[in-house]
Amino acid sequence: MIPELGEYALILALGFSVLLATIPLYGASSLNALWMEYAKPLAKAQFTFMVISFVCLATAFAQDDFTVQYVANHSNSQLPIQFKLSAVWGGHEGSLLLWALILSGWTIAVSLFSRGLPLDMLARVLGVMGIIATGFISFLLWTSSPFLRYLPRSPQDGADLNPLLQDFGLIVHPPLLYMGYVGFSVAFAFAIAALLSGRLDAAWARWSRPWTNIAWAFLGGGITLGSWWAYYELGWGGWWFWDPVENASLMPWLVGTALMHSLAVTEKRGVFKSWTLLLAIFAFSLSLLGTFLVRSGVLTSVHAFASDPERGFFILVLLVLTIGGSLTLYAFKVPNVKSESSFGWLSREMLLLVNNVFLVVMAVTVLLGTLYPLLIDALGAGKISVGPPYFNALFVPIMGFMVVCMGLSSAARWRNTPLKNIKKQLLLPALISLAIGFIFPFAYGDGFSFRVFLGISLSLWIMSTVLHEFKAKFRANSSVLAKLKQLSPSYYGMMLAHLGVAVTAIGITLVSVYSEERDMRMAIGDTIELADYQFKFLGTKPVTGANYVADQASLEISLAGEAVVTLHPEKRRYNVKRSMMTEASIDAGLFRDLYIALGEPLADGAWAVRVHYKPYVRWLWLGGLLMSLGGILTVFDKRYRKNKVTTSGAAHA
Amino acid sequence: MIRFFIILMMLSFNGAYAAIDTYQFKDVDTQERFQQLTADLRCPKCQNQNLADSNAAIAQDLRQKIYEMLEAERSNTEIVDYMVARYGDFVLYEPRFNSQNAVLWLGPLLLLIVGLSVVIYLTRYRNKQRVTTEATPVELDAQQQARLQAVLNKDKK
Amino acid sequence: MPRALLFAPLALFAVLVLFLWKGLSIDPRELPSALIDKPFPTFKVEALLQPERQLSTADFIGKPVLVNVWATWCPSCRQEHEQLLRIAQENKITIIGLNYKDERVAATQWLNTLGNPYRFTIYDASGMLGLDLGVYGAPETYLLDAQGVIRHRHVGVVTEQTWIELQAIMQSWERKAA
Repeated sequence: MIPELGEYALILALGFSVLLATIPLYGASSLNALWMEYAKPLAKAQFTFMVISFVCLATAFAQDDFTVQYVANHSNSQLPIQFKLSAVWGGHEGSLLLWALILSGWTIAVSLFSRGLPLDMLARVLGVMGIIATGFISFLLWTSSPFLRYLPRSPQDGADLNPLLQDFGLIVHPPLLYMGYVGFSVAFAFAIAALLSGRLDAAWARWSRPWTNIAWAFLGGGITLGSWWAYYELGWGGWWFWDPVENASLMPWLVGTALMHSLAVTEKRGVFKSWTLLLAIFAFSLSLLGTFLVRSGVLTSVHAFASDPERGFFILVLLVLTIGGSLTLYAFKVPNVKSESSFGWLSREMLLLVNNVFLVVMAVTVLLGTLYPLLIDALGAGKISVGPPYFNALFVPIMGFMVVCMGLSSAARWRNTPLKNIKKQLLLPALISLAIGFIFPFAYGDGFSFRVFLGISLSLWIMSTVLHEFKAKFRANSSVLAKLKQLSPSYYGMMLAHLGVAVTAIGITLVSVYSEERDMRMAIGDTIELADYQFKFLGTKPVTGANYVADQASLEISLAGEAVVTLHPEKRRYNVKRSMMTEASIDAGLFRDLYIALGEPLADGAWAVRVHYKPYVRWLWLGGLLMSLGGILTVFDKRYRKNKVTTSGAAHA
Repeated sequence: MIRFFIILMMLSFNGAYAAIDTYQFKDVDTQERFQQLTADLRCPKCQNQNLADSNAAIAQDLRQKIYEMLEAERSNTEIVDYMVARYGDFVLYEPRFNSQNAVLWLGPLLLLIVGLSVVIYLTRYRNKQRVTTEATPVELDAQQQARLQAVLNKDKK
Repeated sequence: MPRALLFAPLALFAVLVLFLWKGLSIDPRELPSALIDKPFPTFKVEALLQPERQLSTADFIGKPVLVNVWATWCPSCRQEHEQLLRIAQENKITIIGLNYKDERVAATQWLNTLGNPYRFTIYDASGMLGLDLGVYGAPETYLLDAQGVIRHRHVGVVTEQTWIELQAIMQSWERKAA
């Protein structure tokens, strides 16, 4: 009964989406206030029924209803309850339902938090989101319903969730990621609404900014979490593989970063309007493209959902309608407006444009690398692969140049900056960064390393320029505390996010250059040495988990004779799927991780063991966290909370 | 539909357990070469994994072969060529730099140059616009200064 | 900014869609053989059923042959076995077996119980011949011409459809030769 209720609720949600997609938009173009007002209650109705539908599916999982195909394929009676519930989004159909639920969540959020928005704008924004929802819910109902049943004969028990997914990561990573992916639909909807209304003033940018920033923060958080999850779950100590599905999340994030910066300029200076519009369309398009790549089966990935071309075709149609439609609208309606303001060399505007160029090129590089094998294959020229060597070779240098410009921009002012100003302000940070960067590999490692020199110098360059700019704000003789309070959350957010970039850069540099790894056969009592630590293998013992049995090893780690920690990696065999899985054991630290994974058992109670030393790896994710926190912080800015337009032109960055 | 189930089954049996071999290398250099080679070569069968991380039978065989070739003092190029001769360019995670892949390797750089050129153009162009449309102070030479002073003094009187 | 330039993103998108649409009909996991139009790798491996006999390419060069890679641990090989027996009975082409990374006893029993479509079977226990051949899993079937050059590889179960395709390829050779 409940699954059918879920399906029915989904159908109702579709109905409301169709209404939402048509009535308010028609109302906006015919200036009918009543029809426009319908947008808000329609959004609420759509959300309500999406929630009902989702709850029905979750209930089916909680109750072990194996007559439902999706539940039978992804769950099992022995599965712990938290994984039963997160298994709801462990497969294609359920995750799509989550996608649609989150979309309706953003829709209702926009309808609730937009008091300052003119009615026709709100109607159009919600209308566009309704169009997108119509597309996705249709896709669900047509090709990917999670409520299909196995009747009359249904399995006694489920096929269990993939052991790799039976983890905390599954509980948080997809929801966070989808909040980001779907969140860019809001920026997209604002852009389309602006195009439809013909009202392309800077106000649109101001309305769009908080929504874009939050979506960006969520997406960044999701990517960071995904990287951390892969690191401890997969057992090989890697944290980014340039896999197509990973790339599918990185691309919208990169363009989203460009969009955030571009919106800032459009809001403050009224320039780059057409470009910002295009970026908003581009960012969401990449989200949609990501959905296509991950679910259609055109690309191979360990992360891809079970897919089939019929679904792929449907998503492709969705892509054509949404992206094709928006780009057509863009081409016709973007006005040939010359911006009122002009700017010179070494102005903030110019540097932000440069930042945009770098970010877009980075996104296009990732896109090109991800799609190139498909392009070559489609042209009949054979099968090739594009992997980490390519991406690292191109992505990292571009990022490096961008970081240099990041530093420059802290001293650059709007409209124009005399060159000597910049030189005067930035010479000291530059010298300090280069000096410490140069010394670091000698002090930390054993000799010069160009990569470390570059990585540390660039990271310190960001940090020192950010701090320098911050310090410069205190030149006035008011009290420090008052000044601190005067700086807006927007500014603190920016500082935090930029510092986050530096922290991540340090993490990436040091873990790439200084990590060590050994694969060894270890018998009981054997000790090996890695990076000054001694690892002693004490043996294994059998343990039983909720739905698995395992061999749990004990390894005692010491440093210079002093015991540091004992780690317990496991080799698990899950009862239902009978698949083996290695559960790594990690001693996490701010400055290094010690990581142990078990391989195969060998003769005489010995085991194949892999030991990693990973310095500064946590900085990678801490940086990502800082970036996302920074993004969220900007939303608390007063100007977004006040309903009236504050006289802007304020001098915050 | 069949493909769907096959893919589903293959996805479900992807118990990722770390593919850990216990090779003894004659020196650190060889070990690092092994790690590098197995990281940059793709497993022909898996769903986008390199030889180092895959526990497929073919990946194990190929790792074994690489180990043997390293012990036999083969160069990296020889090892890579050996793999490509049998499995094609597919196993290379670093695509070859040839005319087919020119767009791949040069495209981003080209785009960067185009993008930065556009920025430079926009900035310069706008600068020129400013110069011609706004009244900006023009440098006067000594003679023109004198004439200007004369005109100004005339007004003062 | 000229209006035409504003259509550029749309144009690029259209090109992308074309590729993606084409991509839907391609299987990204299917790997073509790197040895097409190259001679079968040289080898010297013992036969499965006659351990004292050493086999090499000389044993099958002279006529077109099918080389079928199989193993007892491979469930799909069990599926295609009947079809292989039928092809062997038609007697239009010889099938050579390549027992890949398997156990002699189990493999022998398999052939005894289920029937033996192969003229002889190469016992590649180590998988090294398979490696030289570019095998990445079982079952795989290679079509060789009379000179021992690999002309086609079929990955997966050999069905009736596959057999029809293979025959069509062989017929196209005859047409070219004529």
